[in-house]
Parts: sequence; C-alpha cells; structure tokens
Amino acid sequence: MPKSALGGVKALELCQMVAGPYCTKLMGDLGAKVVKIEPPRCGDIARRSPPFFHDTPDVEGSGLFLYLNTSKLGVTLDVTKSTGKSIFIDLVKDADILVEDNPPGWMAEHGLGYDDLKAINPGLIMTSITPFGQTGPYRDYKAHSLNVFQGSGEGYLTPGGPENMGRPPLRLGTFVGEYDSGMNAANATLGALFHKKRTGTGQWIDISKQEAIMSLNRLDMARFANEGEVITRARLGAPYGGVLPCKDGYTVFITWEAEQWDKLVHFMGDPEWARDEMFQDYADRYRYGEVLNALLTEWLMNYTKEELYHRGQEAGIAFGMVFTSKDLVESEHLKAREFFVDVDHPRTGTLKYPGAPYKFSETPWCIVRPAPTLGEHNEDIFVKRLGRSKQEIVKLYEAGVI
Amino acid sequence: MNMLEGIRIIDFTRYAAGPQITLTLAFMGAEVIRVESNVELDHFRRPESAVSYGSQRAASDSFNTLNLNKLSVTINLKTGEGVELAKRLVSIGDVVVDNFRPGVMDRLGLGYDVLKKINPDIIMLSASSHGSVGPERSYSAYAVTFGPLGGVSHVTGYEDGKPAVTRASADLRPGTTAAFAILAALIHRQDTGEGQFIDFSAREAITCGIGEIIMDYTMNGRVRGRRGNRDDVMAPHNCYRCKGDDKWISIAISNNDEWRALTSAMGSSEWAFDERFADQYVRWQYQDEIDRLIEAWTINYTDYELMEMLQEVGVAAVPSFDSEELFTDPHCRERQCYVPTEHYEEGELYAVAPPWKFSETPAVAASAAPQLGEHNGYVFGDLLGMPQDEIRRLADEYVLY
Repeated sequence: MPKSALGGVKALELCQMVAGPYCTKLMGDLGAKVVKIEPPRCGDIARRSPPFFHDTPDVEGSGLFLYLNTSKLGVTLDVTKSTGKSIFIDLVKDADILVEDNPPGWMAEHGLGYDDLKAINPGLIMTSITPFGQTGPYRDYKAHSLNVFQGSGEGYLTPGGPENMGRPPLRLGTFVGEYDSGMNAANATLGALFHKKRTGTGQWIDISKQEAIMSLNRLDMARFANEGEVITRARLGAPYGGVLPCKDGYTVFITWEAEQWDKLVHFMGDPEWARDEMFQDYADRYRYGEVLNALLTEWLMNYTKEELYHRGQEAGIAFGMVFTSKDLVESEHLKAREFFVDVDHPRTGTLKYPGAPYKFSETPWCIVRPAPTLGEHNEDIFVKRLGRSKQEIVKLYEAGVI
Repeated sequence: MNMLEGIRIIDFTRYAAGPQITLTLAFMGAEVIRVESNVELDHFRRPESAVSYGSQRAASDSFNTLNLNKLSVTINLKTGEGVELAKRLVSIGDVVVDNFRPGVMDRLGLGYDVLKKINPDIIMLSASSHGSVGPERSYSAYAVTFGPLGGVSHVTGYEDGKPAVTRASADLRPGTTAAFAILAALIHRQDTGEGQFIDFSAREAITCGIGEIIMDYTMNGRVRGRRGNRDDVMAPHNCYRCKGDDKWISIAISNNDEWRALTSAMGSSEWAFDERFADQYVRWQYQDEIDRLIEAWTINYTDYELMEMLQEVGVAAVPSFDSEELFTDPHCRERQCYVPTEHYEEGELYAVAPPWKFSETPAVAASAAPQLGEHNGYVFGDLLGMPQDEIRRLADEYVLY
C-alpha cells in the first residue's frame, strides 16, 4: 500500500449534506481513517438529494452523497439515545478529530459538548461547522445553502455584470459556498492536528460558513470599510472581455496586463477600429469597456469556443472557454492529468468521479473506498472494533439505536 | 505557541491565488517570506492596479488583505547572485510555494530537483492554472477565466442569461485548497521527516466544488445548465426584492412547517392553503407564481425586518448582505469579522479576519502587508548572517532589488 499523508489519523464525522462531509472526504482521500455516523434508517439527508443514478431515487444512488463520502467507513447511530451515546463516547475516546455540524448548543444539550468530550479525550480536536458560528446574535438562525451564500456577501455580487442589476442575486453553482466551508474547516482541522502532533494539545474549532465565504471574498468585502465603496453586481471582474458569446456558445478572456492588449489586437488581425484613440490607453479601455465588448463580440462570433481557447492561448492571451460538465469529462487535458477517477460502488458500478487538484510526489491522493452504504460498517466498528456482541447489535437495531 | 510557529515559508507567489495560499498559513502563525522584485512587481503593487481598482488606496487595500502577517524581501532572480540567495533562503525554509507558469522555477534554476538537494525535506507546492503536466499546462488563466474553465460559470446565471463571470473569489478558492495540501504534507513530514513536491491545478480546484453536477453527467449523461436560484427539492427558494435600493432577502423553504410559518408571517391565509401549494412538490411546480406573491409582500419591508420576522418563526431567511451591511452588522461586529491593520502608507485598513475561531491557538491578523523589501535587513542579516556591507553591495548592484 502506498504511503498516505494522513495515514494513522482517526476522524469521526457527525454531519450531513455538503460542508461537513466534504471536510472529512478531503482528509479521508489523503489516508485518514474516517468513520461517518449517520442517523439510523434515513441516513444523511444527502442520500435523498439528486442527482440519482439513472434518475431512480434510492438512498444508495445519490451522486451528491457518493461524491462527498468516498474513503469513509459508515455506521448508523442515534447519539441521542443512551446506548447510542455510550457507543459514540467509545468512538470519541480513540479519535484524533471529531467534525460535527449540529446547531450550536445541540451537542452540549446531549452531554456531548466539547467540555464533556475533552474530559474523555483531552487531545481531541472538535471542529464544529454551522451557518453563523457558535456565538453572536445569529448563531441560532436557520440557513440553507442559498441563505448562507447570500449572507456571506458573495451572493450580492453574483452574477456580475451591469445587465444583471435589477434581477435577484444568485448562488454560485449549487453548493459552492458549502464546499468552501468544508474546505475551510479542513484547513483549520489540519492546522490544529499539526499543533496536536507537536504539543499533544487538542482544541475546539468554531467554523462559521458565513465567515468562510466572506474570507474568500476578502478583496471585495472590506472595500466599504476602507474606501466607502459598496461593490455591486454592476462591477465586473474584468474591465472588458470576460464572458462573451462566440459561434457555438461562450468564450472568456481577460487582458490583465497592459501588453496583452497588443497581443489581442494582433490576434484579431489588427482591425481598423482597434486603432481608435479611445482604446489606446489601459484606463480608457476600462472606461469604454461596453463599446469595446460590442466590437469584440462581432469578431468573436466568427469562431468556436475551442478555436478561440487554443488559438488565443497560442497568441499569448488568457483565453478560456465555458466548460460544461461534458466538456470537462471529455477534456484531453484533464484526461492526460487523470483528474477524473473510476470508482466502483455496489449500487452504480464503476463511474467517473472528480479527483483532486493536487498531485503529491510521495503520498498520492487516492479514493480508498467508495461511499459506504447505510450502516455498512456497523459490524466492523461495533463488534470488531468496540467488542460489542452480535446479539447486542441486533437488539440495538430493533431499538432504533443503530 | 501558534499552530505553525517555527514553520518558514519561502513565498514566490504573486497576484491573488498564490498569496491566498501563504496567507492561510501566515494566519496560522507560519513565518512567510515573500520573495519580490522591482523587476517584476506583484500585480497589486503596479500602477495598473490603481486604475482597475479605482484608486491607489483600493489597490493597496487589495494587496494588504492578501498579504497580512507576511515579510517581504527583494531579490532579482534574473541575476546569478539573486538565484544563489534564493537557494540560501530555501536552505533555511520548510516550504516553498510558487505560482509561476510550469517550468519557470526550473528555468530560474530553482526547480524541485535543485531545491531538494539543498534542503532534502523541503515541501514544494507549484500552483498553476492548469497544472504542470497535460497539453494545456502552459496556458494562462485568471480569476475571471477560472470559473468558466472549472465548470462553475456554465451552471451559474439566469436561465435566459449568459454564464456568470467569476470574481476574485475564484482565485482564493484554489488558494485555500492548495493550503490544505501543504498542511497535509507538513503533517506527513512531522510524522516521517519526508518532504515532497505537490503539483497543483487551480481550475481543477474549482471543478471539485461542483461534484454533484459532474456526477449527474457521469451517472445520467445530463449536462446541467443555468437555472437561477432554483433548487432540486426546495421551493420557494429564491432572493426577493425588499424595501430600498438593490436590497434582497433569500428565503428557502424545505418542508410544510416552514411553508406554513412563512405564509402565516405574510398574513396570507387565503392562498397559503391553496390546494396547488399544499405540498413541496406542487410548490416546486408553481414556484414562479409563488415567487411573485412573496415578492409582492417582501417589497414592503427592509431586509433586516424580514430576517428578524421570519427567523423568529423558524423560516430560513437571510438578506443578500452587501459589504456595508456586513461591516456594520451586529453579528459580524460581535464575532469580529473585520480587523483593523496599520498600513505603512494608507494608515488604518480593515481586513476580513481569519475564518476560524480556535479555542487554544487563536489565528490573528497581527500585522499589515509588508512594504516592498521591508525585511531585507532581518532576513539577509539576522537569518542568513550576511554582513551589512555585503547586503549594501548587493543592493547597489541591483541584486537585492
């Protein structure tokens, strides 16, 4: 078995949907031993969320769940019942990390707050992920992924472009803000783990999804505080260029550096209009962005997105293209990088999943196992690891504890 | 003791995605030494930045927020002596990070193979747009193109609109992801003493955030497009106009209890019990009509009034906060989401605080971004033990430049 970066790290997950499960997936795919704890019978809500394999609703067929729960063992356990709680505590005794996403105060109400668990395992790192954090006036506010994203400041800026003023702010992708929150929590958890390895000290980490997303927008979020300017959707990320229509869809490009403009003009075959005085200076091109975009579009409409992407790059300009999911899976570049990986799951057979954006020379990233079926590892964990008897497991199942 | 105390990062990054990697580690207490040069300034230190950001103060603000807690030295890597100095820095470092195009560090004589000989357990992460292998490895990209390249733009926008342009956050998402890879490599080195090289691709980091959209294609052959704020399951699920200029509230209803709570808050009993809206499925089908009814109500209240009124009855309602609301918001105030820093030219500049609250090792924005070359004396004199007249000679000869 190849070396793994987080081999030997033991993590527990008491989370649902996207943010918490993504946090532990990131660790599991680097070798951490993650045990996912789901509510008995219904499991993680993500199991009931689309897309479903062959559009057939099934707790084992959700693409969202399958993607977010690779490399984990899965058990079912109701930690609010007294036997469930004592099993959970047995698991905590032996863990380095617990990631949970229950509402603030919920764990403590059930005798499972950080102070309770620290008494059992002083080196425990407990990462709590909630929409607004554990403190502050909004800590108990309810927020689904749309609400979290809008509450973070990035929703107000999405989608960018003056033509979108007057229409409602949108979310990015489906759950991008939730993935962000999980990633942010994973960073904090690994920072704390490094500290624990050097000092033996565990700690409690309070992750607010709102703050995680705000932090990614740090370039826009303090502009009011410092310059008195409230950035709106009218302000694009590009002075000119950006996403523009072309022959078969949309292209995208940007000329950040002053000298890239000359390359663009050359690429277009030095059109007459580009010599106009209003486009000679960086600041002027910025000012006349709309006029410029209309002229550019006329030219872009002659070419396909693939042509513009590759030929534009050859000409030294940062062209991209608007990739669909199909374009991504079929991309020759991503194939050469082996970005998509095959994962074999009992319900779906082998499917391609997105991989990871990092390639380690010594400790390769790898999906160790497919997402667990509901309660798949109850026997492995409760009987083999914790030494409970098989008869007891049956009783616990009947009682709705597992 | 800070989490990453004693960890020294030699930082060759510029723009936003790279500096976000080392900012994350600097917030955790690592000593980050930015290797900069007048020969090729970081974009945010250039005059064009003041143009595109509207003012010098805004450009300084942008640089500041990405480079808090860091040190800066100037080394001209186009000189042989400069490259040797960079190697000496690497010899006392733990991690090297760059975001040049693939091959540039090798051409400078600072490739992983060379650095590994100087410092066998060094961790090196090279972040690029497309990664260091593959046919598009030499292609360039920026935040505006990362969203389209990563697949997120195609699924962001109105049904009748064009794909969304992505903003600076499309740089910072990959940056945050790359920091995760470095932290994992540091843990591995702590356990085994072994360093390594990490090839990082920013566009792939964006694709990782749309896993379910990729899975819909690989499972069902379905290519998802743009559909505004529509959810697969929840309805209503949108942003609604409120009283004021460009003010909006997001409302998401996931079950019948929340629906009843919303309609009773709206005082609209007549259609709340309309057969057509009786369960989640029919609400989903009639959501456009429901959206119009909700907006006719929300327009009479401010976003804050609506949030308080609806949260009170258990409805997920949160304003689409703008940066003024966030800065003055009581919740953000109490959690100190913004922290003041003292910038060398601009005076007080607020920055978004580190996004984690640790019980034992608080992450802080301890200092503003450095002035160009501000720490030449400390780094070359104190850390590398070079005599003052040597440092002066190298400055005079445009090596420390």
